[in-house]
This record gives sequence, structure tokens and C-alpha cells, in this order.
Amino acid sequence: MTMTLSQSLISIAIMAGLTFLMRLCPFLIFGGKQKPSRKVLYLGVYLPAAIIAMLVVYCFRNVTPLAYPYGIPELIAIVTVVLLHLWKHNNLISIFGGTFLYMMLVQFVFC
Amino acid sequence: MRKHKSLAYAIQATLPVLTGYLAAGFAFGLMYNQIGYNPGFAALTSAAVYSGSLQFLAVDLMGAGASFLTIALFTIIVNSRHILYGISMIDKFKDMGWRKWYMIFALTDETYALLNHVVVPGDVDHKTFYFQLALLNHCYWIIGGTLGNATGELLKFNYKGVDFAMTALFIVTFVDQWQQSKTHLPALFGLGCTLISLLLFGADNMLIPAMAAIVILLLAFQKKVEGVSEI
Repeated sequence: MTMTLSQSLISIAIMAGLTFLMRLCPFLIFGGKQKPSRKVLYLGVYLPAAIIAMLVVYCFRNVTPLAYPYGIPELIAIVTVVLLHLWKHNNLISIFGGTFLYMMLVQFVFC
Repeated sequence: MRKHKSLAYAIQATLPVLTGYLAAGFAFGLMYNQIGYNPGFAALTSAAVYSGSLQFLAVDLMGAGASFLTIALFTIIVNSRHILYGISMIDKFKDMGWRKWYMIFALTDETYALLNHVVVPGDVDHKTFYFQLALLNHCYWIIGGTLGNATGELLKFNYKGVDFAMTALFIVTFVDQWQQSKTHLPALFGLGCTLISLLLFGADNMLIPAMAAIVILLLAFQKKVEGVSEI
């Protein structure tokens, strides 16, 4: 543990509290008469896809394309996850298959 | 008796979430164990935070000893989409009494999707049914996290690279959304803005500019995005 026990507990409380608050927001704002504006509804439909794309890129923020191993293990693992998912459409197989392959690559091939 | 019948229906309806949550929860628990947290902590975190993408990022943040402010900012950015989820649930949850508060707390991506398309069997009370759906999903998530953590605790081998499970989860979600949506503009905005933001602002400061750019682009191209999806 990098954090102390109390730091960990406070971190968990912050994440839990803020997440609940955000899930609560629409009920507080639009629970009464007020109808959400068209722009808000529009963002509600299309923002999630953009955020997931953002998180995908975020996961690769520490990859070094110009230095060994040049992001090769990540590239192989991404392609594997995408192909597994297009083929079987099973989260379990895609996530565990890709992760297992990535672990093998960084532990035995590109070490 | 009706409660039991309803529960049987609810278990059936949540089976797809069961496998997904056990798998993702397991991966989270395992990663959480690698940075020094025990099964009790995993159970507590999964029960209280109950947010997949955030908990994966939390492993990164807590492992690096991030500040409370950073953790708060990440929570807001990653879960901002939830601000909009509840809108379509306002009618569904009204009249649910105290259970409404739990439903709001437990409104994850998966539960949201399930509530949106599930058909309530004719012979059960819809309020009990919705509550059972949410509670079952929550239980699957906690069990997955605790089991994964316990596995990391008991089976000590080299888990280097296990954090790729988070990436894999996001990629799988990305592929699902890509295939289901008629317009790929939002996903492309997300990829493009974040990539540029990474190059301009670096790995530690990339998310806020990326998020701002995404919202601006989405609003600027509203006609185009909605136009494409109507065809």
C-alpha cells in the first residue's frame, strides 16, 4: 500500500460520494417540473461513446512508441482483444484472453 | 411467494451481467491486491464505489499515492456520463420509496442498460423486480472483486501486465458501442481529442483538456452527429 489506511479510506469515500452525487444529479435537477434541454439530452446520448474512446487512449498514455518495446506488446494485445470480441462477442473471453496474452508478452517475450 | 418468483426472473434477466461483472470485478480485485489491498478492502471498495471504470483507475491512482483532489477530479471526469443517465429513469424510479435511493446509487452502465430494455414479467411487482435486478448486479460485482483479490492473495505468481484488464474492458466497451451506433463521430472525437491532448499536455494533465475539447466538438457538430444517426 502506497497510501496509509486512513488515506485509502478517505479516497474510497471521495470516489463513492462523488459517484453517488453524479448519479443523483438528474433526479435533483429534473425530478420536478423542469425538462432537460435538447442540448443536455443530446450530450447524454453521445458523450458516453466519446468518454470510452478517451479512456482507451488514456490507458496507453505511458506507452513509448520511440523506445523499446515500441508499444508492440500493447499493439498485439489490442488487436487480439478486438478480433476476439468481433469473433465471439463474449466479454469474458475478450478481456481474459487479451490480458493473459499481454501478461505472457511482457513477462516472457519483451522483458 | 411472489418475491421468490420475482427473484427467479431477476436472476435470469441479470445472467449476462453476472458473467461480465464477475470477470471485470475479478480483474479489479486482482489488480487491487497487487498494490497491497486485501479482500476486505476489495469488498468495501466494490460495495461503496460501485463503478467499474473508476475502480480500475483507482488502482492506478491509489497505487501512485495520488492526492485527494486528483482522485476527486478523476471521479468527476470518468463518471460525468452518469449525470445524464438518470434522466430516463426519473419515471421508472418514482413511487419506489426508500428503494429509490438505492436504485440511484446502483445505477451503473450495465444496470442502466438492463433497466432500459428489460420486460417486467406480468405476474410480479415491477418495483420489487427493479430493486432485485439492481441488488443482484451489485452482489455480482462485490463477489467478483473479492474473489479476484483473494486469488491474488493466495496464488502468488508474477502478475506483471494484469493491469491490461482495464484496457481490455474499455476496448471491449468501445467495440460494442462502435457496432451499435450509427454515427462514429463521438468515438472519433474522443480518440482524436485525447490523442492530441496527450501530445500537447502530457500523460499527467491530458484528461481535462481532452474532455473540454470533446464537449465543444460534440456541441459544434450536433447537427452532423444527429443527422448521421437518423439515416
